[in-house]
Amino acid sequence: MSGDGSNTKSMSIIVTKGTLDWAYPPFILGTTAAAMDVKVTMFFTFYGLQLLKKNLDHLQISTLGNPGMEMPLMGMHMTMPNLMSAIPGVDAACSAMMKNLIKKKGVASIPELREAAIESDIEFIGCQMTMDLFEWGKEDLIDGIEIGGAATYMENALKSDINLFI
Amino acid sequence: MSATTTLDTKGMNCPLPILKAKKALKDLGAGEVLEVIATDPGSVKDFDSFCRTTGNELVDTNDNDGVYTFMIKKS
Repeated sequence: MSGDGSNTKSMSIIVTKGTLDWAYPPFILGTTAAAMDVKVTMFFTFYGLQLLKKNLDHLQISTLGNPGMEMPLMGMHMTMPNLMSAIPGVDAACSAMMKNLIKKKGVASIPELREAAIESDIEFIGCQMTMDLFEWGKEDLIDGIEIGGAATYMENALKSDINLFI
Repeated sequence: MSATTTLDTKGMNCPLPILKAKKALKDLGAGEVLEVIATDPGSVKDFDSFCRTTGNELVDTNDNDGVYTFMIKKS
């Protein structure tokens, strides 16, 4: 990274969602921006803080109230009625299907993208208030991240060319 | 034009071809050429944008029946 060079563009992303599907946009845009020489800061707050946990195996999609989710199945597309979503195990089964699909289609996994983000020097900031709220300690999260609050984010955002809320 | 390094991203989807290409370019010197092979149809527009933004030169693009080859000259 070229650091504070005046030609370096920068981007900040507020990451607020902790599901498997919503983990993609921030990590895809963050890693791609970094590959295009953009200095990237990602601020993880509320459910988004899930994405900084050491193990990411627990990430799931929710089929509830998600009519846009159409899974390809035997040449057709399957949607999930809300009533089905209430049945225990349905979200887990759909998440397993989604992970299979991701692998089959050559789409990167979330752990893979997070690793790429770390390798490309993206700055991760975890939200202190969220940690207090949900009683998560630093030991629950990956190493090498900063912990901060809204003011920490704002200082970054004011200097950034692009600010996204996802 | 001959490539210094070839990167095979066949079967990989967005944004992996770009991320791997960026990594591979790091190991090249200025003026050396990276050849990227991809099957992601979105990569055609993406490598165009990637090169324009990063200042590396997209010397050649080739589509051989859905297998794309990009020749990228490092700036």
